[in-house]
Amino acid sequence: MDITVTINGQDHTHDVEPRTLLVDFVRTKAALTGTHIGCDTTSCGACTVLLDGVPVKSCTVLAVQADGASIMTVEGLKDADGAHPIQAAFKEEHGLQCGFCTPGMMLVGHALLEQNANPSDDDVRWAISGNLCRCTGYMNIVKAIRAAGAMATT
Amino acid sequence: MFPSAFDYVAAHSVREAVAAKAEGGDDTRFLAGGQSLLPMMKTRLANPAKLVDINRVPALDTIERANGHLRVGALVRHADIARSDLPFGVIAAAAPWISDPLVRNRGTLCGAVAHCDPEGDWNSVLLATGADVIATGPSGERAIPIADFIVDFFTNALHVDEMVTEVRIPIPVGRVGGSYQKLERKIGDYATVAVAAHIELADNGTISRAGIALTAVAPKNTKVPAAEAVLVGNAPSDVLFAEAGELAAQASQPRSDVRGSAEWKRNVVRVFTRRALAAAVVGANES
Amino acid sequence: MTVTEKPATPIEIGGIGHSVKRHEDDRLVAGKGNFLDDHTLPGMLHMAILRSPVPHARINSIDTSAAEALDGVVAVVTGELLAQYDLAWMPTMSGDTQAVLATDKVRFQGQEVAAVVATDPYVAEDALELIEVDYDLLPAITSPQQALADGAVLIRDEKEGQTSNLVYEWESGDAAATEAAFARADRVVTLETHYPRSHPAPLETCGCIADVDGTTGQATIYLTSQAPHAIRTVFAMVAGLPEQNIRIISPDLGGGFGNKVPVYPGYVVATAASLVIGRPVKWIESRTENLISTGFARDYHMKGDLALSNEGRILALRVQMLSDQGAFYADAQPTKFRAGLFHVVTGSYDFPAAHVACRGAYTNKAPGGVAYRCSFRITEASFLIERLVQTAAYELGIDPADIRFRNFIQPEQMPYETPTGFVYDSGDYPTALRKALDAVGYEDLRAEQARARADGRLMGIGIAHFTEAVGAGPSKQYDILGLKMIDSAELRVHPTGKAILKLGVKSQGQGHETTFAQIVASELGIPVTNIKVMEGDTDNTPYGLGTYASRSTPVAGAATAVVARKLADKAKKIAAHLLEAADADIELENGNFFVRGTPAQSVTIQDVALAAYTNLPDGMEYGLEGVHYYDPPNLTYPYGSYVVVVDVDPETGVWKVRRMVALDDCGVRINPMIVEGQIHGGLTEGFAKSSMQWITFDDDGNCIGSNFMDYLIPTAWETPKFELLETCVPSPHHPIGAKGVGESATVGSPAAYVNAVIDAIAHLGVRNIDMPLLPDRVWSAIQAAGVAEG
Repeated sequence: MDITVTINGQDHTHDVEPRTLLVDFVRTKAALTGTHIGCDTTSCGACTVLLDGVPVKSCTVLAVQADGASIMTVEGLKDADGAHPIQAAFKEEHGLQCGFCTPGMMLVGHALLEQNANPSDDDVRWAISGNLCRCTGYMNIVKAIRAAGAMATT
Repeated sequence: MFPSAFDYVAAHSVREAVAAKAEGGDDTRFLAGGQSLLPMMKTRLANPAKLVDINRVPALDTIERANGHLRVGALVRHADIARSDLPFGVIAAAAPWISDPLVRNRGTLCGAVAHCDPEGDWNSVLLATGADVIATGPSGERAIPIADFIVDFFTNALHVDEMVTEVRIPIPVGRVGGSYQKLERKIGDYATVAVAAHIELADNGTISRAGIALTAVAPKNTKVPAAEAVLVGNAPSDVLFAEAGELAAQASQPRSDVRGSAEWKRNVVRVFTRRALAAAVVGANES
Repeated sequence: MTVTEKPATPIEIGGIGHSVKRHEDDRLVAGKGNFLDDHTLPGMLHMAILRSPVPHARINSIDTSAAEALDGVVAVVTGELLAQYDLAWMPTMSGDTQAVLATDKVRFQGQEVAAVVATDPYVAEDALELIEVDYDLLPAITSPQQALADGAVLIRDEKEGQTSNLVYEWESGDAAATEAAFARADRVVTLETHYPRSHPAPLETCGCIADVDGTTGQATIYLTSQAPHAIRTVFAMVAGLPEQNIRIISPDLGGGFGNKVPVYPGYVVATAASLVIGRPVKWIESRTENLISTGFARDYHMKGDLALSNEGRILALRVQMLSDQGAFYADAQPTKFRAGLFHVVTGSYDFPAAHVACRGAYTNKAPGGVAYRCSFRITEASFLIERLVQTAAYELGIDPADIRFRNFIQPEQMPYETPTGFVYDSGDYPTALRKALDAVGYEDLRAEQARARADGRLMGIGIAHFTEAVGAGPSKQYDILGLKMIDSAELRVHPTGKAILKLGVKSQGQGHETTFAQIVASELGIPVTNIKVMEGDTDNTPYGLGTYASRSTPVAGAATAVVARKLADKAKKIAAHLLEAADADIELENGNFFVRGTPAQSVTIQDVALAAYTNLPDGMEYGLEGVHYYDPPNLTYPYGSYVVVVDVDPETGVWKVRRMVALDDCGVRINPMIVEGQIHGGLTEGFAKSSMQWITFDDDGNCIGSNFMDYLIPTAWETPKFELLETCVPSPHHPIGAKGVGESATVGSPAAYVNAVIDAIAHLGVRNIDMPLLPDRVWSAIQAAGVAEG
């Protein structure tokens, strides 16, 4: 099937099998490898993308379902002005170690801040509870997302 | 891990979806949120020959109060319910505890209901509130009481050419409260044990209607009529709740597994039923 | 040095002690990381592995014809095919052998049986379903006790001379002195516990891309490896390839935690397939493959006895340990020590006698025995002694903090030789514990606990004071497969005064690109932003045994400081030449070389770097670069005091962490921000293991814990919030006084969580619950104690 998915504002048209997972479309067809794969069971969130603005696990969406949709990946956070506040905050607050979960965490954080620019510690923990991190113990991820919110509101 | 190959149809109307399903038969599955189905396909526990994607069918994403019911359409996501002001009692209480936030953004209530996983949460909530499942087939729709809809372990009462288009939950008129007590090992885990409680209070403060249902402690989500019966007509009290908890524990048929012993699970049913009822009455008094 | 002391370098230089923001972060937050699966080579094929569905069976036949006929399949590899190249079996890191692809029998569920190489990863997986394997089932052995029982079926029947399932027997300490002490003891306290099987489960699974050029013989292998150089040497030994033709490239790693130390069958099969087919072959594990077949950890059955005086003084320790090794003895550990460094089990306490007797058994489970964020079995040891001391406190009626104070090794006893032969380098244990107790408000909590018990509520306070032995290790004692456990650093200062540092270790998220640059910045005064750190490419970095066992800072960090000092010595001579002064009069501070007593007369490291290539004293060799191989004189011994407060629901057994106060002393902290990040991560893994994260097996040998729905990783919602404290007693033998910290919290914290839950119900008579402390286990323990409430 020929499908067109808009990723970070750019159209990507490819012929795919119906079974092609959205994460594979993003990583292989669109060659955007910042979106990762960490499990097979919709548990880890390393593959998180924003589908029409909503965070989803792209390993559990078929690419054909995203035909005509708009996707944002980690590569889309950075704009012409340089690093997005959430990217800057993750570096500043040491919100990453190996960096494998980081794209998903930043996208979920970004989506949360769009709804609530000043989330509490528990708001953030709740929002990222579909994303696993093995390195940080989440402490600094929570700090980074809150700091990004503060950066954006000041 | 990747799914086996399959045919794919994106339906644009219920009629089209039902026709595609009728044509495909048992080997064809509907795809709504896909948050249970796609992981099963990736691990090749499910290998459907065809998927009928209903995500492009208009108007199925409606959640509304109409004709005395809360109507939840087939494309209403768990997160929509959690976010909405329309749900009441146990429905509102359970919604945030479905799986994890990202799965809630995608998965649907109707899909979970049709899945009939005994560890799923929504069927207990619907049993407690006395909901109907609306099934639509080639010759129109029919309302199936939830207790009849849930046939067994991963088995529902749908005909091969029917899809769930809606769930209808009666909206109580008086004071109502509900609670969903869920023991899960972590966010995203299925319930180890959960109890849904729905309470309606009469003007004189006695319980006019009660719904209690259990998750993950039997081959299917289980309503506990005996416990409901001891509550109705009586004034809420700790003693009464304890009695209901005992009856719920007796009605449960848990199995020992890696999450815990049957004895412990039965005890959690007892404790959670008591706590859920107490919380439900607090909610009803505040409503 | 005390912790309040300011860093010696200004922030512009960013040396040791500064929380420098990480250099690696810019690419990682941009989604431009360079992980293994992000690589695509021209003509690359994809490999998938068929695994045994059963734990123990004889293979009658494997029919690959239907798989071979599938469109897109290039080759199907079996053990029979590998045997033609003598590759059906490979050596393990503990000197055993392991099947690459099974030929005779399968010995665990998930064992590699065949592999498909195809043009597309989806097709490769389709083809797996078309391979027919005919098995004759054999009884599955699921515990080491079963394995060693009379009449147990022999798992390793292919091994010559192997007549039982016993893998090894090993002991440490003085049995006679220990028995004598027990004979004199007023009290003996015993604890039996199982440290369950676990898995490091880094978020990125393992994988490789093997690219073997049949014409040139060049084998370039991209591989998720914490130890690329050691892997290269092992590959040379296993595959018989000339070592100069093997290049291992370990790119950005999405965590490792020990999982990415060994050589796995998939790597060998992919390499063989690439060699035969002549195209690059990529293999990426699924999460299930990762959990069921690679690098398990722990699985120690332990019994400890403490001999005590009535006053609570420990007189001796006796330990019997039985390890579950799985089907192949593949522990990643130093050759001499068959149970790793488990004999550090005497912990932080001063007593004269100990004896540790260890045995291991083959079972029908995955092999591996990796040190999961742990220095070779120190986690198990630390857990046992801290649980045992806590038990002794209850049995003797002494406060759990007090019994530790009564038995601590005192600071003035350092360096301290333990009864099992470790020489602790430095530490002040009483100060550390006192500080942690004060921070948590220990005495108030004990008072609250008494009130809570009177009200029918359960709360507990758990203490763990651990001492680790990390940074293996001195060449006299430590080697793996004969390779001494040294590590190296190569430093080049370019003419413009910028530098590149190349290391044999390999970061998996620890921030080496930043911290190692900080060491150089401190030594030479080159700003940290002007120093590039390179790792992971064996053609372009010096040899080293890799990053695990908290050894990067103790060994490679020392090598970095020493090589920088070698360069500083040469730089001083060049500076003397530029300043027309005597070599001996030159001092170096923050990148400025000056004549002693006249700081105004100076040249910078940048001036000196340029001169190294342009203007040298007569007879001096050009350039400013060097390499150092560091052979540590001793291990380093980080330690910490952890205090956990929990509330337990007596009706359900559910427990929640109210507070977690963690004091760590890892000597000098190179980058405090990174150190704290490491501790956060470790405290979380300790929480995971104590509460939910384990692999178990049913009686038929089926693995439970084969995906993230069953192998539970806590989310941000369950994970406690941590309060960190520190003290700093530098290592006296390490060039910068650092000790290593990456694993401290994983090692130390499990006992703190468990002790807290036990403390909540100890008054009911409960002494032990095995990890994980699932609510039903806690509830059952309360019930068994006969005083359940509610």
